[in-house]
Amino acid sequence: MHNFRDILIMGECENGRLSAITREMIGGARRLADQIHVRTCIILIGSKKASLDKEAISYGIDKVFFVQDDRLADVNRDLQVFVMADICKKINPSLCFFGQTDLGRDIAPRLAVQLDAGLCMDCVDVKIDPDQACIYQTRPVYGGKAMAVMIALSDRIQINTIRAKSMESIPADHERVGETILIAGDVSLPKSHISLLKREEIPKEGLNLEDAKVIVSGGGGIGGPDGFALLRDLARLLNGAVGSTRVPVDEHWVPLSMEIGQTGKIVSPDLYIAVGISGATQHITGCLRSKQIVTINKDPEANMFKISDFGLAADYRTVLPILIEKIRTLKN
Amino acid sequence: MNIIVCVKAVLDPDLPPVKFAIDRKNKLVVPPEGMPYVINPYDALAVEAAVRIKEKEGGHITVIGLGDKSWDVVIRKTLAMGADEAAIICDPAFTGSDSFATAYILKKAVQKIGSFDLILCGRQASDWDNGVVGSIMAGYLGLHMVTRIKGVEVAGNKLMVQRAIMNGNETYELDLPALLTVSNEFGQARIPLGRGIIMAARKNIPLWNLSDLGCDFARIGADAVKNKMHDIYLPSYERKCEMVTGTDLSEALDRLAKIVVSSC
Repeated sequence: MHNFRDILIMGECENGRLSAITREMIGGARRLADQIHVRTCIILIGSKKASLDKEAISYGIDKVFFVQDDRLADVNRDLQVFVMADICKKINPSLCFFGQTDLGRDIAPRLAVQLDAGLCMDCVDVKIDPDQACIYQTRPVYGGKAMAVMIALSDRIQINTIRAKSMESIPADHERVGETILIAGDVSLPKSHISLLKREEIPKEGLNLEDAKVIVSGGGGIGGPDGFALLRDLARLLNGAVGSTRVPVDEHWVPLSMEIGQTGKIVSPDLYIAVGISGATQHITGCLRSKQIVTINKDPEANMFKISDFGLAADYRTVLPILIEKIRTLKN
Repeated sequence: MNIIVCVKAVLDPDLPPVKFAIDRKNKLVVPPEGMPYVINPYDALAVEAAVRIKEKEGGHITVIGLGDKSWDVVIRKTLAMGADEAAIICDPAFTGSDSFATAYILKKAVQKIGSFDLILCGRQASDWDNGVVGSIMAGYLGLHMVTRIKGVEVAGNKLMVQRAIMNGNETYELDLPALLTVSNEFGQARIPLGRGIIMAARKNIPLWNLSDLGCDFARIGADAVKNKMHDIYLPSYERKCEMVTGTDLSEALDRLAKIVVSSC
């Protein structure tokens, strides 16, 4: 017999709603909870938006711990860890999910120290074997060149961060019933030795990469910031967004917010057009869930062709302007 | 400013996938023959950050490498970049350790060194890609911490730190002593020059074992892990790629335009 306890999610919000990864984790947690007959719980921190708990319940949560405290809203990680550890000790879950996000990468290891928990980062799959009372977690290693399956036992808390788009959300059911526990005002916090002075959001170029149906992405082969203008033209024509590999980001041709790959965003558009991208595994791991991949690269041996559905071996500077005109004609 | 930098040597992350091999039965990655280990690129940036601070504020940089004595060449490179001294921790008991044991051993090494103002680590190692050792170590040492920094300034006994987040930047002020993990957005690590290389070649890099550090062996090695490896395999992402051609480029592009439009 297994002795699994509840599954807990650390929720995140975006524009006053649960973020996409949070909804995906709720879906994944719901399926696992139904398999082993436990509850799904979520911690929501620092937001006054009262409908978030109802939203979480509609997607599959049984119990919401809603911490409403302005002192926690300014992304002070020390205080957030303190509050999460406190609630976590009360719930004593078997599994705790974070998104593999800015917050998850930062807080999951700190919380693991506080709770003496097991830890597995950047999971793309989590399975439970109730008979063996163990949890199997699959994660990419060596920049995605290999996959490792790690086992955790159910007797201690296991903290996992979950990669975007690796679990599937369940459609909202507004009739679902759940419980909300409000934790407000009376949280006693320790003194923090760290303060956030400034937070700047870089304005997005057009669409959110994670939501875009079409992405035109450039790699080191673009050669400089100017080449991205052609990619923007093509993306605009297709109502898509522009992405990048790590080289253009490290070279400061484009901002980090455009990076796709292991250290950037994970995307799954209908169409991914890779231009001047050699196909390093750390990039491939971010776009391999795209339905259709088209690669344009002047090097016919580029690794990116191997993971593509269609390829054109040519210099993008020559072919993109012509391709854009031909697509424009077709669309009219 | 006394700075300690923790570094690891890794298989070259630019190793082409075809040369990457595993031994699935023993759950190991098999390094290609004759392929030298390199400093983890993120750790090289942690050394770079330390050297930039030292150039401005003065101070002393100690590098710790936890791994194998064959890492001498890799660790010596950090001395050539501008670190003052270095030590390598190696011990057969370390084999099979997880991130928690790694952070614990590094904590013991930091305590052996004694006084410090700042500890720097890379944001993650490019082999196992966990990105947690720095954070766990800060937890064990009770240090203030910011992860994935792209810039740092010293202001008295405080640090001003820029942190890279997915859609922008954050600026933090924190008290020393502190631990920072350095991200790729920090910039480029310097290439060591002649004089630095000569100076580094003369230095002695001591080897420490886990007994020297006073480690509790129950917390180390394959038996102490919280998550055990069950399997490791090579995934296949390959698709059948149709190369788009035509009698001339224009015809090929006609076809490609149709493929693109019908895929949207």
